[in-house]
Amino acid sequence: MITLTDAPFDPGAAFTAFSRGRLASGAVVSFLGLARGEANQPAALELQAYSGFTEQAIGQFAAEAQSRFGLDDVAIVHRFGVIAPGEPIVLVMTAAPHRREAFEGCDYLMDYLKSRAPLWKKELGLTGAQWVEPTGRDLADIGRWD
Amino acid sequence: MLLFGRLTDIAGWHERPFEAPSLSALKRLIADQSPVLGAALDAPGVQTAVDQLVVRGDAVLAADTEVAFLPPMSGG
Repeated sequence: MITLTDAPFDPGAAFTAFSRGRLASGAVVSFLGLARGEANQPAALELQAYSGFTEQAIGQFAAEAQSRFGLDDVAIVHRFGVIAPGEPIVLVMTAAPHRREAFEGCDYLMDYLKSRAPLWKKELGLTGAQWVEPTGRDLADIGRWD
Repeated sequence: MLLFGRLTDIAGWHERPFEAPSLSALKRLIADQSPVLGAALDAPGVQTAVDQLVVRGDAVLAADTEVAFLPPMSGG
């Protein structure tokens, strides 16, 4: 399930709900991404999503990951709007019969989300704002799976 | 018509209604009103979606059609 939300979410509650009642899955892996709040870093992030289009694109990729890694289930929660340092931005959860597939599926989905998901990111700094695009490292990370 | 990412800042708006019979006519209309925005819509890497489907080339537009211009996606 793909959820986009402009409000802070509770990753623990989402993880509990995702893990509950699974009989065939022996492994659940989660990744939680937080907005960094370092010195001289932006005061906040703003993520723009295209309602409907963004969920559909992420959902298609989740379905691909599900078949590629033999996952039982995938759930992704992604924030949009203004996100303060320290707040969760993204939660990816994968369930699989065994841990390796669950780890790899989660890793793959995060690399996709960081480089290809239809989201537009703006860093709101103390002196102004600027739109950012995937870093060289993000592109190298997604390249590992080609 | 919807704009995302840096296009929002160039135009100063995110969503606005227009009347045009086709995608190419819409882009001509925009370019006449704002040459800067017109050029930005044609910049490399900007994709166009009509009713949430990415299209290449021209497309016929009807009433209530949603057109979105999508600059390179930054990921989350």
